[in-house]
Amino acid sequence: MLSYLINGISLGSVYAIIALGYTMVYGIAKMLNFAHGDVIMIGGYMAFCSTSYLGWPVIPSVLFAMTVCTMLGILIERLAYKPLRDASSLAVLITAIGVSYFLQNMALLIWSSNPKAFPNMVNLPNVVIGDIQISSVAIVTIIACIVIMIILTLFTTRTKLGKAMRAVSEDKGAAQLMGINVNATISMTFAIGSGLAAIAGVLLCTAYPTLMPTTGAMPGIKAFTAAVFGGIGSIPGAMLGGILLGIIEIFGKAYISTQLSDAIVFAVLIIVLIVKPTGLLGKKMAEKV
Amino acid sequence: MSNKDIKLVQLPSPNFVPERDKDKPLMLEVSHLGIDFGGLTAVNEFNIGISPTEIAGLIGPNGAGKTTVFNLLTKVYEPTRGTILLDGKDTHGMNTIQVNQAGIARTFQNIRLFDKLTVEDNVKIGLHNSIKYHMPTGVFRLPKYWKEEKKAHDKAMELLSIFDMQDMAGYIAGSLPYGAQRRLEIVRALATGPKLLLLDEPAAGMNPSETSELMENIEKIRDEFKIAILLIEHDMNLVMGVCESIAVLNFGEIIAKGTPNDIQNNPKVIEAYLGSGSINGGEKEGTLPDSSDASKPDAEQMSTGHLASPDAMIGGRKEES
Amino acid sequence: MKRFSKQTRSAFINYGIIIIFFIVFQTLSATGSLGSSLKGQLIPICAYIIMALSLNLVVGISGELSLGHAGFMSVGAFTGVVVANSLSGTVTNGTLRLILALIIGAFVAAIAGIVIGIPVLRLRGDYLAIVTLAFGEIIKNVLNCLYVGLDDKGLHFSLKDEPSLHLNPGGRTILSGPMGALGITKLSTFFIGIVLILLVLFYIQNFVNSRPGRAIAAIRDNRIAAEACGIPVTKYKLMAFVTSAAMAGSAGALYALNYSTVVPKKFDFNTSILILVFVVLGGIGNLRGSIIAAALLTVLPELLRQFQDYRMLVYAIVLILVMLITNNEKAMVFIRSRIKKLYKLTRKEGV
Repeated sequence: MLSYLINGISLGSVYAIIALGYTMVYGIAKMLNFAHGDVIMIGGYMAFCSTSYLGWPVIPSVLFAMTVCTMLGILIERLAYKPLRDASSLAVLITAIGVSYFLQNMALLIWSSNPKAFPNMVNLPNVVIGDIQISSVAIVTIIACIVIMIILTLFTTRTKLGKAMRAVSEDKGAAQLMGINVNATISMTFAIGSGLAAIAGVLLCTAYPTLMPTTGAMPGIKAFTAAVFGGIGSIPGAMLGGILLGIIEIFGKAYISTQLSDAIVFAVLIIVLIVKPTGLLGKKMAEKV
Repeated sequence: MSNKDIKLVQLPSPNFVPERDKDKPLMLEVSHLGIDFGGLTAVNEFNIGISPTEIAGLIGPNGAGKTTVFNLLTKVYEPTRGTILLDGKDTHGMNTIQVNQAGIARTFQNIRLFDKLTVEDNVKIGLHNSIKYHMPTGVFRLPKYWKEEKKAHDKAMELLSIFDMQDMAGYIAGSLPYGAQRRLEIVRALATGPKLLLLDEPAAGMNPSETSELMENIEKIRDEFKIAILLIEHDMNLVMGVCESIAVLNFGEIIAKGTPNDIQNNPKVIEAYLGSGSINGGEKEGTLPDSSDASKPDAEQMSTGHLASPDAMIGGRKEES
Repeated sequence: MKRFSKQTRSAFINYGIIIIFFIVFQTLSATGSLGSSLKGQLIPICAYIIMALSLNLVVGISGELSLGHAGFMSVGAFTGVVVANSLSGTVTNGTLRLILALIIGAFVAAIAGIVIGIPVLRLRGDYLAIVTLAFGEIIKNVLNCLYVGLDDKGLHFSLKDEPSLHLNPGGRTILSGPMGALGITKLSTFFIGIVLILLVLFYIQNFVNSRPGRAIAAIRDNRIAAEACGIPVTKYKLMAFVTSAAMAGSAGALYALNYSTVVPKKFDFNTSILILVFVVLGGIGNLRGSIIAAALLTVLPELLRQFQDYRMLVYAIVLILVMLITNNEKAMVFIRSRIKKLYKLTRKEGV
C-alpha cells in the first residue's frame, strides 16, 4: 500500500514536471504544444548518447540533455510557432502536431525504432524502511520534483522575468505596452519548459528503461491531461494534477486492472472536469455579456 | 405620437404607467431584484413596472449596473434575490432560452451577431422557434421544408423592411457597417416574437441622422408590434425623445423614476452624473439637455447630449459590458 | 443554372467530384492500370473521406474541437466486424451483410456519441478538446481488453481474456483483445464506399441549409446570442456531435470490413489527429476541401514510398510548411496574385 503510494507519487512527479512545461506554455502562448512529449524523448536520447556512447558521468549528461532540449525548444518556437502568433488556435495545434511528427521521425532515422536500454542514472542503494523497499529512483524523482517546484515558484513570483511571464500570460497587449518584450518572454517560457522536459525524460527513462522514438508520446498526453486536471495555466495545478494522476494510475493498475489503467486515468479526468470544468485549481473565466 | 403628451398614472402597486395602459396588466413587473458577485452588490432593490405598450428607458452613469439588469432579466445571470414577472408569469427557474421563448428578446451592447452567416440567416435564426419542421424534413427536403422555408424567407424580408434592409439580405452579417449591425440585432430580436424588447445602447456608434431615424423606428416598432420596449442609452436626446418613463440607476440602485421631465429636473440625477463636488467643476456636459429640442436634433445638441463621455464617469469606474 | 442558389450548385459540384472520382478509378482498376498499392487504398480513402466530412460537421460547422474522433470510428469498426461475423450464417448476401454492418456500426457509434456528448458538450474550447481526447483513449483502451465470442447460445463478452468467454465447443472468438479482430471476411466494396460518401454528403449539405443546421452555425458564431434567440444550445450541439459520431461509425465499419485483421490500436490518438489534419488543411467548414485533403493525404504517404524512411519526415515538414504558408498574409497574397496571373495567361492563350 505505502509502496504503491510512493511509486504513484514518483510517477506523478514525472508527469508533474512534464505538465509544468505544458501549463507554462499554455498559460503564456495559449497553445496546446503537442510536441512537448517528443522533446522529452529527445532529452532521453541525449542523456542516453552522452552516457552510453561518450561515457560521460551522470550530472554532465543531464546538463547536456537540458541544454540541447532548451535550445530545441527555442528553435521550435522561433521557426514553427512564432510566425503563427496571430493565427487560429487550430492552425497552431496542427503545426505542433507537425513538429511532433517531425521529431519522432528524426529520432527514428537517427536511432532507429529498436528500443535502447537506458542506463541507470541513479546508482544509489534502495532505501529500506521496515519491510518495504523504496527504490532510490523514486526518491530522487520526488526530490527533483519538489526542488523544481520550489525554484519555479520563486522564479515566477520573485524575479523580474518571472513577473514578466505572468504579465504576458494575463494580457499580452498590456504587457507589451508596459515595456515587456513579449517575444523574448515567450521564448524564455519555451526554453524553461523544454529544459524541464529533458529532466523529465531522464527520470522517465530511468524508471522505465526502454527508449524509443515514441517514448514521449503517451507520457506527453498523460501529462497534458494532468495539466488540465489541475487547471491548465496554473503551476501548482500542474504539480497537483501530475501527482494525483500518477497515484491514480498506480492504484488503478494495482487494484483494478493493469490493462484498463489508462482508461481509469482518463475517466477520472473527465469526472473532474465535469464537476469542475476548469480543473482543480483553474481560475473561472466568466464571459462578459 | 409624441411622448410629450403622455401622462404617467400611479397604479395600486408602486408602479406608474402611461395613461392609455392603466387598465391593462403590466407586461413586466420586477420587484426587489438584486445580484451579488462575491461580496459586491451589483444591483439591489431594483423595482420596475412596464406596461404592454410602454417605451421605458434605463439610464445611469457608466458602471451603474444597467447591462447587469438586462442580464438578470434574460437570465444570463441568475438573480440573487427578487422576482421577475413577465406578463404575470414568474420567470424563476427559467434559463436564457426559456426566457426568450416566454417573450423577452434583447440586443447586446457589444454587438453579438452571427458574424459568418448572412443577414437573412441571422433573422431566420431569430425565427427559429416559429419555423415548424424537424431535422429529417430538412435533410430530405420534404415539401414541408420548402413551404416553411418560403414562409421564413418572406417573414425575414418583412422584418428587414422595417429598417429598409431587404437589399442587404445576402450580405455576411460581420461585414456590415456598425449602424446596420445594430439595426440587424433589433430585427433579429423582433424575429423571436417578443412581448418585451430590451435594447442595450441601440444608438451607440450611430451618427446623428441614424439616431433620429432609429428614434422613429423604435416608436414604429412599438406601434406595429404592440410590444413593450425597455432601452438603455447614453444618448440623452434619444432617451428623452422616445421614452415615456425613465428609471435612473446609480451604484446598482434606482435613484429616480418618472417622466423625462421629472428626470431632467431631478437634482439626484444630476449629482449622479457629475458626482458631488464635480470633478470637472461642472462642464457644459453637466446640464441635461432640454427635451423640447429633442424633436429636431442637430449635431451640436447631440454632442452635448452625450453623458457617456469619460469625464462623466464617477470615481473612474469602468463600464460593465 | 440561374435558378439554383450558390449552395445548391456547390453541393452538386461535390456530388460530381465524387462520381467522377468513382468512374475514373473504377475504369482504371478494371483495365488493370492501377497499381496494386493504390488499388488497396481506394476503400480506406472512402472511409477517411467520410471521417473528414463527419469531423468537419463538428469542428467546422458546430465549431467544437474534437480530438477523439477515431474513437467513434473504432466503435463502428468493431461493431461492424461483430455484426458481419455473427450474421455470416443467416444473411448470406455479402452486400446486404455489409449494409447491415454499416447501419448497426453507425447506430452503436451514435449511442457512444450520446453517452460522451452529454457530459462533454458542457465544456468549452480546449477543455472540450482534452475530454474528447480522453474519451478516444478510453474507447481504445477498453476495446484493447474486449473479447467477444460467438457460439450457439449467442454472443459472449469479456474484459479479461479469451477463456473467460466460456464458449461452447464449436464457438468462435470474434474479437480477442489487443489482437483485435482476426479472419474478417472482406465485404467492403469501392462502390458501397462511394455510395456512403454520397449519402453523408447529401446529409450534411442539406442539414447545413435547414433549420437545425442554421441553429448549429448560430451557436458556433455566438453562443450567448443564440441562447438569447431561444435556441436550445445543448440539443443542437448534441445533434451535430451524435450525427458526426454515427457517420464515423459507418466509416469505421467500412474500413474494418476491408481488411482481414484490424487491431484497436489502429484507431488511436494519431488517427484522430490525422483526420483533424484533413479537416484543417481542407479548410475548416469546407466540405470539398475535406474530401480533397482526405483523398490526397491518404495517397501521399503511398506516393512518397520511394523515399521510404524519409516519407513521414517529409510529411511532417509539408504539414508545418502548409500551416505556416496558409497562415501568412504576405505569402497568401503572393500565391493568390500568381494564381490570378496564371489564370489570365491561360485565358489569353485560350482566346
